[in-house]
Amino acid sequence: MTATRHDAPMTSSVGNPGAEKRGMNLTLRIWRQQGPTVKGKMVTYKITDISPDMSFLEMLDVLNEQLIMQGDDPVAFDHDCREGICGMCGVMINGQAHGPQQTTTCQLHMRSFKDGDSIDIEPWRATAFPIIKDLAVDRRAFDRIIQSGGYISVPTGTAPEAHATPVPKADSDAAFDAATCIGCGACVAACPNASSMLFTAAKVTHLGLLPQGQPERNDRVVNMVAQQDREGFGGCTNIGECSASCPKGISMETISRLNHDLLGALRAGARPKS
Amino acid sequence: MSLELFTEGEPIADTKAPTDVPIGERWSERQFRGRLVNPTNRRKMTIIVVGTGLAGGSAAATLGEAGYRVKSFWYQDSPRRAHSVAAQGGINAAKNYRNDGDSVHRLFYDTVKGGDFRSREDNVHRLAEVSVNIIDQCVAQGVPFAREYGGLLDNRSFGGTQVSRTFYARGQTGQQLLYGAYQALERQIAAGSVEQNARTEMLDLIVVDGRARGIVARDLVSGEISTHFADAVVIASGGYGNVFYLSTNAKGSNTTAIWRAHKRGAYFANPCYTQIHPTCIPVKGDYQSKLTLMSESLRNDGRVWVPKERGDDRPANDIPEDERDYYLERLYPSFGNLVPRDIASRQAKNVCDEGRGVGPGGLGVYLDFAEAIKRLGRPAVEAKYGNLFDMYAQITGEDPYVTPMRIFPAVHYTMGGLWVDYDLQSTIPGMFVIGEANFSDHGANRLGASALMQGLADGYFVLPSTISSYLADGPFDKIDESHPAVVEAVQGVQEQTQRLLSINGNRTPASFHRELGQLMWDLCGMERTDEGLRKAIDRIREIRQEFWSNLKVGGDWHSFNQTLEHAGRVADFIELGELMCVDALHRRESCGGHFRAESQTPEGEALRDDENFAYVAAWEWTPEGQPPVLHKENLEYEYVHLAQRSYK
Repeated sequence: MTATRHDAPMTSSVGNPGAEKRGMNLTLRIWRQQGPTVKGKMVTYKITDISPDMSFLEMLDVLNEQLIMQGDDPVAFDHDCREGICGMCGVMINGQAHGPQQTTTCQLHMRSFKDGDSIDIEPWRATAFPIIKDLAVDRRAFDRIIQSGGYISVPTGTAPEAHATPVPKADSDAAFDAATCIGCGACVAACPNASSMLFTAAKVTHLGLLPQGQPERNDRVVNMVAQQDREGFGGCTNIGECSASCPKGISMETISRLNHDLLGALRAGARPKS
Repeated sequence: MSLELFTEGEPIADTKAPTDVPIGERWSERQFRGRLVNPTNRRKMTIIVVGTGLAGGSAAATLGEAGYRVKSFWYQDSPRRAHSVAAQGGINAAKNYRNDGDSVHRLFYDTVKGGDFRSREDNVHRLAEVSVNIIDQCVAQGVPFAREYGGLLDNRSFGGTQVSRTFYARGQTGQQLLYGAYQALERQIAAGSVEQNARTEMLDLIVVDGRARGIVARDLVSGEISTHFADAVVIASGGYGNVFYLSTNAKGSNTTAIWRAHKRGAYFANPCYTQIHPTCIPVKGDYQSKLTLMSESLRNDGRVWVPKERGDDRPANDIPEDERDYYLERLYPSFGNLVPRDIASRQAKNVCDEGRGVGPGGLGVYLDFAEAIKRLGRPAVEAKYGNLFDMYAQITGEDPYVTPMRIFPAVHYTMGGLWVDYDLQSTIPGMFVIGEANFSDHGANRLGASALMQGLADGYFVLPSTISSYLADGPFDKIDESHPAVVEAVQGVQEQTQRLLSINGNRTPASFHRELGQLMWDLCGMERTDEGLRKAIDRIREIRQEFWSNLKVGGDWHSFNQTLEHAGRVADFIELGELMCVDALHRRESCGGHFRAESQTPEGEALRDDENFAYVAAWEWTPEGQPPVLHKENLEYEYVHLAQRSYK
């Protein structure tokens, strides 16, 4: 397996050049950017002998091991659990958030590509997600949206008995579906407006469907919407790219529910905290 | 090389549990006897919490709510990423909602027995008591647990028990519980009671006049090395399963926080107790970067089997019923496929060792849902396990509704960790350790759905209560960067960082990590022998030497440098690996997840030696060149009688 920079002389070849080729040969064009204020560019790398059973991130691991040994700077990318649940990974692959399948980047496998393919790999692009380095971006704006109201105020020790309030199974299941959002940011990256509406709506829906979430329902929605505006996310124009690219399949219905709740809250006199 | 692998020091004991009252009253008695900090004084106290998983996230939120000033640290971009998020199956609680004979005492009993009689009774009893409060708290936070049509909570059963006490949220229970704690934490951040430090890694503990007073940390984005001071430090940095390189842990999970605290004086207890989870997706290639767990809950409906004949390589569906060996049902008729994890894993290894394994390299066994699909219908199986089946299909490219899953054991959890007393305080006063990072509740084997229970018990209820006894003596004298202990700690971190960058050899951190991991898996994994462990110790010392002379890390430390992060973690894993082997070597008995080939029953089950090994092994770090010192904490069983575990 070798990786070479297209625009630089090949310095080393770590794989066994005599061995029979087993895997795919690919051309990667990767966004390289040293830091938030430095100009970035696409850089081309050739990579050989990639097994279709590799995950996409394992393919990047192989590339990085090569780059380190060649004395080049490895590609920075975020990842952690590598089982599709932590939400830490996520890149644009050939212009699609998380690539050609509706899953997280870490769960995308190389069997989705074929020998000779050229793959463009870029970071999430949104004003509210500044680039840290290469493919890694700063998504703390999402945490600040949660801070503005994405919770139920129940200090430890104050909870009533769990069975004190039955919850209809249909509500509980729908709340769960919305609660599976992993906060990866694909929705923002896929949206032409870089809107965070699906992320915010998922939380508003999760908590708004449960009896426990009712007391703060109005304040929650007005404050979370106000915060996402402050963060510089774009407005939602119901395009639906967000849901189509969401690895957890969060539904557009959550956005309808948010709009419904927002209208109700504003009519009831709720106003965002300044 | 020292001929002596360890020396023995003074015994150690927990002195905090009030043993003069019956076990059911000890926790409330401890809370009553403990000292309190009044709300006005709490505002003057600072507490550092490292890690934001179920334990750290819930602790930071709860301490913030109580009025302390909290500084929270995590290495990912958001606290919601902590690896508790990946826990699938569920959380145990002694609610007895099924009316099937469950009780606090039964959960206590099951956990002590499941841990193969190597845990502390007092801690486990408290865990069982607190379990019911956790469910109440989480429901109130909006955690969408599975419910039945009447609107009440659903339960399922898990390995090692005969009651249904596991609460769950489809196959994503850890995610939903973590988001509950995360949201509570974000609420406190918004309220100003918790200071957030994202993408920041603890690299040393600051100890002043014998008390933990702060940490040295590195900002992973800017590379800046900074100091943070407090009146107490809480470590909730998770387990060390990544010492095996391949595990179900997140790629970033590491031992650095607890290992560096160990080197500052915190004893490390039972490092060799690791849990190998029986139901993981088998390894497929040498590029493999991690292993993926398939929840143990699958064993409720899936049946484990291999062909009766060795070398039978027909496709699974072509092997007739009478040529299959449902070996768990055969060997353990009363628990069947629901035996505890250590037993299920070792039996999988045994059938593969016999040459009856399936899939590439013969390293796998079938987990078959054909019978469940016939009995319940595909929609019911989909509703219960759909996301797990999808995950399996995504990774393997096979459809588990049609072809049986192939599974194999993988490193999953570490029962060992920093030694703590009943108050969860380490041997360094002022440093508390919670969640998987401590050793306290699971003995030599953890039961399924008990890690979430322990993490949240420690973080929501136990630590916030016990830490006040310590802080009642505070606030402590102010310290700053100029204090000699602080200067020394910062210099140490800078020197190590510089050293990692300056070797400029020929091997990447990942290459050392893989080599160490393979060695640990082969010689300190599911089966351990005297000979193998001695070999491992020698080899680890060689790896360590090569690491510090042939490592290659590019870039500098004043920037976002993921290779450098990895290098620092591998350095600590290498040292820990050696201690794990020493611990495994010294414990010449089998118990729970620790299986010494020399100590087994005629049927091949783990054979404990209670006369000689009914103790916690707490290890003290010693300077380079001197063997570690063993301190024994004697384990006494007042309420659960020591017995050979039987799941037959």
